[in-house]
Amino acid sequence: MAKGVLVDIPKCIGCESCSVACKLWNELEWDEQEKNKTAIDRAKEPNNGLWPEEWTSINRYDPEKDGESVARYVKAQCMHCEDPACVSSCFSKAFQKLPEGPVIYDQSLCVGCRYCMMACPFDVLRYEWKKAIPGVRKCQMCATRVANNQETACTSVCPTGAIIFGDRDQLLAEAKKRIKENGYVDRVFGEKEAGGTSWLYISDTPFEQMRFRTDVTTKPLPSYTEGYMKATPFVGVGWAAILAGLYVFNNKGKEPLD
Amino acid sequence: MELVTTVVSRAGAKMSSVRWKFRMTPMRWVFTGIASAAIAVILVRFVLGLGATTNLNDQWPWGLWISFDVLLGVALAGGGYGTALIVYVLRRDKFYPIARSAMLTSLLGYIVVVLGLLIEVGQWFNFWRPYVSWGHASVLFEVFWCISCYTVIQILEFCEVGTEKVFKGAHKYLKKAMPVMLIIGITLPTLHQSSLGQLFYLMVGKVNPLWWTAFLPVFFLLSSFFVGAGMIVIESTLAGKALNHKVEIPVLRGLVKISAGAMILYLMLKITDMVVRGTFANAFAFDLPSIMFLSELTFGVIIPIIIAFSSLSSTRKGLIWFGILTVSGVIMNRFDVLFTGMGKYLNQYGGSYVPAVSEFIVSLGLVSIACLAYLFLAENFNILGNHGSEHADDIEIKDGKYASTAK
Repeated sequence: MAKGVLVDIPKCIGCESCSVACKLWNELEWDEQEKNKTAIDRAKEPNNGLWPEEWTSINRYDPEKDGESVARYVKAQCMHCEDPACVSSCFSKAFQKLPEGPVIYDQSLCVGCRYCMMACPFDVLRYEWKKAIPGVRKCQMCATRVANNQETACTSVCPTGAIIFGDRDQLLAEAKKRIKENGYVDRVFGEKEAGGTSWLYISDTPFEQMRFRTDVTTKPLPSYTEGYMKATPFVGVGWAAILAGLYVFNNKGKEPLD
Repeated sequence: MELVTTVVSRAGAKMSSVRWKFRMTPMRWVFTGIASAAIAVILVRFVLGLGATTNLNDQWPWGLWISFDVLLGVALAGGGYGTALIVYVLRRDKFYPIARSAMLTSLLGYIVVVLGLLIEVGQWFNFWRPYVSWGHASVLFEVFWCISCYTVIQILEFCEVGTEKVFKGAHKYLKKAMPVMLIIGITLPTLHQSSLGQLFYLMVGKVNPLWWTAFLPVFFLLSSFFVGAGMIVIESTLAGKALNHKVEIPVLRGLVKISAGAMILYLMLKITDMVVRGTFANAFAFDLPSIMFLSELTFGVIIPIIIAFSSLSSTRKGLIWFGILTVSGVIMNRFDVLFTGMGKYLNQYGGSYVPAVSEFIVSLGLVSIACLAYLFLAENFNILGNHGSEHADDIEIKDGKYASTAK
């Protein structure tokens, strides 16, 4: 059963326990540059609070609700697409989508072309630019924990239930129930976005005011290049055959060129 | 300064030696200088990493090196497969005099691309991974296989020329293999030239609709084909000055007309594409992307077509203008797809990218290395000449300047 996480944005109080749990479980290094940043600062920076050693980030936005500006904390991390662009874009299979949900990365297979970063529909991949031998870094959705029937580190510590771990199908039903009950925006971000993601977001304030890519395609991204790649071998062989025919025909009875 | 080295190439009863020549001119010193600076930067890049030598960042994981060294390098080297198609497969023998130089330029272009890629990727020592770990859903997988195989094929094709002078024993075998190598050597670039365009098709909603289209592969392929003539004109003009060799106008004009034919097809497809997707409003919005898009088409395609099919192309000046405009048009196009096309999206939350000086140095350095290699090879092998196979034993030293063999 594919797992997922439901993020109920209005329930988040911005305590950042999830960020701490993530750092501890994944043994991410403490980074000097992050020391004095607040959730407001991170929301404004191009990197969205995500860095090689910061796989998740709590960012504060001030969207409008009933004509008034309200504070909302939004957790950012890899969305773990159902059919991920990074997996299909990687020419050395360094990315993999596990049946349980997580999209994981293996640096030992990575060449470092960064096509995945260009392809990611949610721009969550980060690169270790400062290292001589860099890799791509992102949330792995605690793949080893999930494989052992444990929940992700971040959800395990959330004190308010703003992020809950479970079966994606059940979470989706729960999300729709909450939208109705609480009068939320009628959209589960992640249900159809980029063909669906393991992480699902619901909110009482407009998504586009909280840096969500609301205009993202609903078709799975790999479907855009699938047909092309399938046709390529046939086009190649066919074209080579045509060329061979032309070569023989045009060189008939002629002196070969040096 | 003259560098002349004599090496014994065949030991045994019949002693014959081969002379290597490389005359340093001020321009060649400039190339050497830029190349040395680039090598210094490349060393720093390998020791300290990409962050220390480039302005690349998480918003702009691809920058100058990808667009210039790879996208553009491959496109501008398109003259090689185009010429091979016209000369060897279609047997338009009229163009034979430029075949070897066009194919050598292409080979050097690809070597620059491969070197550029090794510098650009993070874990260069893992470059072989895709040969064994097949990410066959990726368009880049195809690009990788085709570019690497095609580079090997081109080296073998050049060996056919090279063995006229050294390792002569292998010449007849290479000559026999040439038809197969030529056909593979046209098929592979056809595939990867188009795939380089298809790479960007995955970035749905990120590239400006003026450039993001299902036609991307066709546009990349056609433009790599028609830029070939432009490159050959420029290259033969430059090489003509440096090596005292001129290609006849009718040969160049014929090529330019073939190229302009492909341009007309390209232009018609561009217009069709705009009609189908309804992007006329974007094209004539006269914001930055629209201005870039229109000037790319006007200066890089429409004016060259006019030059090609008018009396302008019967003069060297006209031909040179055709070359400059066509090449600039394709340069603009490749930069536009990445920088102009993606700028709005990638910079939406304050991201920015301006290539670092060190990035320019490396790109220029790689080009300088290619120029030096071209000059060396053109001076020492039968690239520009009349193409009679040269047999070391029959030829005496012609004059001091072009001594290529000695008994």
